[in-house]
Amino acid sequence: MQPDPEMLVRGIRDRNQQAVARAISIIADRRPGWESLLDAVGKEPRTATFIGITGAPGSGKSTLADAITSFYRAGNRRVGIVAVDPSSPFSGGAILGDRLRMQDHAGDPDVFIRSMASRGRLGGLAPATAETAAILAMAGYDPVIIETVGVGQSEVDVMSVADVVLMVLVPGNGDSIQALKAGVMEIGDLFVLNQADRPGSDRLLAEVNAALRLSGDEDCLSRVFQTVATEGRGVPEVATGIDAFLGSLQSDAEKAASRRERQFLRLVNLAVHDMTDEAFEAYRKSGCAPTEGGTSWSEAVRVATGFLDWLRTRPN
Amino acid sequence: MSFDEIDQKWVQGSLAKTLAKAPERQPAFTTPSGSEIRRLYTPADSRVGTDPVQYSERIGFPGTFPFTRGVQPTMYRGRLWTMRQYAGFGTAKESNRRYRYLLEQGQTGLSVAFDLPTQIGMDSDSPMAAGEVGKVGVAIDTLADMEILFDEIPLDRVTTSMTINAPAMVLLAMYIAVAGKRGIPASELGGTIQNDILKEYIARGTYIFPPRPSMRLITDIFGYCTGNVPKWNTISISGYHLREAGCTAVQEVAFTLADGIAYVEAAIKAGLDVDDFASRLSFFFNVHNNFIEEVAKFRAARRIWAGIMRDRFGAKNPKSWMLRFHTQTAGSTLTAQQPENNAIRVAIQTLAAVAGGTQSLHTNSRDEALGLPTEDSVRLALRTQQIVAYESGVADTIDPFGGSWAIEAETDRIESEALEYIGEVDRLGGMIAAIEAGFVQKQIQDSAFRAGREIDDGTRRIVGVNCFQMENEVEPEILQINPETEACQVASLEAIRKARDNDAVAAALAAVKDAAVSGANLFPPVLQAVSAYASLGEICNVMRDVFGEYREEVVL
Amino acid sequence: MKRRIRILIAKPGLDGHDRGAKFVARSLRDAGAEIIYTGIRQTPEAIAAAAVQEDVDFLGLSCLSGAHNRLFPEVVKLVRELGGQDIVVFGGGVIPKRDWPGLNEAGIRFIFGPGTPMSDVIAVIRENAPADAELAP
Repeated sequence: MQPDPEMLVRGIRDRNQQAVARAISIIADRRPGWESLLDAVGKEPRTATFIGITGAPGSGKSTLADAITSFYRAGNRRVGIVAVDPSSPFSGGAILGDRLRMQDHAGDPDVFIRSMASRGRLGGLAPATAETAAILAMAGYDPVIIETVGVGQSEVDVMSVADVVLMVLVPGNGDSIQALKAGVMEIGDLFVLNQADRPGSDRLLAEVNAALRLSGDEDCLSRVFQTVATEGRGVPEVATGIDAFLGSLQSDAEKAASRRERQFLRLVNLAVHDMTDEAFEAYRKSGCAPTEGGTSWSEAVRVATGFLDWLRTRPN
Repeated sequence: MSFDEIDQKWVQGSLAKTLAKAPERQPAFTTPSGSEIRRLYTPADSRVGTDPVQYSERIGFPGTFPFTRGVQPTMYRGRLWTMRQYAGFGTAKESNRRYRYLLEQGQTGLSVAFDLPTQIGMDSDSPMAAGEVGKVGVAIDTLADMEILFDEIPLDRVTTSMTINAPAMVLLAMYIAVAGKRGIPASELGGTIQNDILKEYIARGTYIFPPRPSMRLITDIFGYCTGNVPKWNTISISGYHLREAGCTAVQEVAFTLADGIAYVEAAIKAGLDVDDFASRLSFFFNVHNNFIEEVAKFRAARRIWAGIMRDRFGAKNPKSWMLRFHTQTAGSTLTAQQPENNAIRVAIQTLAAVAGGTQSLHTNSRDEALGLPTEDSVRLALRTQQIVAYESGVADTIDPFGGSWAIEAETDRIESEALEYIGEVDRLGGMIAAIEAGFVQKQIQDSAFRAGREIDDGTRRIVGVNCFQMENEVEPEILQINPETEACQVASLEAIRKARDNDAVAAALAAVKDAAVSGANLFPPVLQAVSAYASLGEICNVMRDVFGEYREEVVL
Repeated sequence: MKRRIRILIAKPGLDGHDRGAKFVARSLRDAGAEIIYTGIRQTPEAIAAAAVQEDVDFLGLSCLSGAHNRLFPEVVKLVRELGGQDIVVFGGGVIPKRDWPGLNEAGIRFIFGPGTPMSDVIAVIRENAPADAELAP
């Protein structure tokens, strides 16, 4: 059954939930007709704000997304959410559970939540996250919140999709401190120190401020927020911070330019992803790839490096 | 000291004292072939661990530290366990009829099952209650329902256990108010409220408020009951539901006792003295089919708890060291296939619970994997207990399996593995922190998944399910809930709302709100509110406004 | 290459017994499906909205409290109203056989009682999946 892209686009504009949902599937799964639908979505000028949320596992990303949604709903804005969870490397299946922490909006037709599996992608997003967000924007959801996988790896993809990225950190979490040291601070535009009612939150605040100052940010106070997302505490301040960040940073023209650039970057990313998939398959079949497996990150990096060398030197 | 000397010390000490107060059921106990059954078999009989110091520290005597062999010196030779069938369905009137039937059949205590809206503090006319009213238990909205539920039941003579957690204060207040109207003072009332919120977050799901205000409600109940309802067991710290959710016997002991530690800590922090409330703590365990592990589990739990209370919390009163518990046979072991086999499973489990020294017991009915039990099934379940009590002989000597090498070794294993888990919970910052981090849920889910997979691939055999199956089974008759129940309940609630003094209700609810905000003990204003016929949902909604609501957070 | 089957596993009503639902979710994940899991205490409205927004192929409902006759058909009705015409709905939990015909008629295509082997559930999902979707190959 070949869907009619025009009808789908009309359905998206009419805010028909089923049409929106199906359009997302068509692009995410590369179902027949996905190219023309992608073109139609790409042509649409975007005005909605994309808010990225990233952070270590257990830092409360979904709960923060839920609380931010409540804040915008109180102002009668329609909110879209794209939540990414990891696919199992063994079966390729996934359990997508972020929706569970967004129960305040379950059944609210003005909140559209879409869960996506990372499907092997490493940058923290699912392959068609940006397109999904764009479809939600087209259906009048603004803002669209994008929540990354959150498995503790460097999840940089969200930078190229979101207008503003919230890095969520929690006290007493070894990963957070690790993140500060590993320079993942660069991913976040704003820093949300969640679970601020827990012991150690003041120390975390001091650490984040110090790290920001070290990186040359004199005005770090306007970029760091403390929240208790389960109770909605500190969330209005985060929302104000998002507006201030977006407003102060650029003129409208700059914003549009940067957005165009990001959109194109995304398309390139998508193409690279597809081409690399193919090339890697060829590499594996070429007999040049190491045959013994491994489990660690460093072993994976070693295999990837071998792959890149092979790419550079292969005949065609 | 020689073994005979320490044995004599017990015989002349606490045993003699108990016998002087309460003689045993029979002057002598004998086997069917006429030989004497001794009160207790010890290393002197079994040649296990005859070192008297080791014996008295690790195993000891019934009624003395560490209570491995039981909490009373005469155990079932003095008084049998309480046979307490969990029951309730439909309206208060229907449930009242079932309670009276059970008491006529020789049951010795009541155990009230509430429906899910009641357990979650919602009135029957709440939109979320649709379809659930009267289904898994009785629907209670106001004091009027509670009056009908206990109609003609002698509250001064039976003890009543109520499976109620998040709104436990409200239901206990209703019970006290019903008794009060009949002239029975609260100080005379005996029974138990489950009141164990931590396991609701972990496994059972009938929470309302977030952990902190929930813990405060619990310590308010402890505080109020110590002075006003002294015979009431104010909490039943439950491993039952953790086990139903799929954990192992070791995890059941460990997480239940870790919950217990959290409640004791909360009460001490709220300013109570440990010896003032500890003897009112009771426990609730599951019992599965693996007989040896289950018997050992109960013995290990008693030994660990005694140590925790004496050494960790410095309780001085020996009563504070005793782990007293209710047991229910395992619902999760019942099969929908060949349901009559369930009667056999329940019999084995009953035997294990009794050999493990339970203080009260519920036996499941054979048809509960299919739906609510019929009257016939419930009677068979009760008869199972009576046969074990009066015919099997296991009640005639104390801790009959104590000293068995297998049982003692299992007891030691469960103890040491459970202590390891408790240590892990401590390292995570206590039970509330461990639950918030998802640690406990993950442990339980992993065990459940492993068990499920083993059943699925046949490595764990379940008769009738993955072996010895039968074709074309005919499903037996099961109980049907009257489809009119919900409408009837909603109508009667509406009638009460019209008939009551609504000014008095509003004033009482305002007082509840004040106490919720100020931190004053909530029990007195809640008692006031139920007496004015404020509904359960109305009272809980006031608290929801102040405390907020808990949301499930952990996935898989 | 075929896409992965998407399944929503949901618990309508107030029942907190989620052991079975979680076991099914995890087993289907291991069989290669993408599972959306929404936790306990879901209203029929929330479940229907989730099924449609997530564009799932299957919707599995679990209930052990006896409220299935009221809640399951309500979910199916709402799913269809929101446009989820091809979503295959199945149910599990403590559901007496005498209720099965009525539930089937209300659009709950398959019912899995206690003790159903996962292989049966997986077989039903394979047989009824859309042509372009699959579990792990």
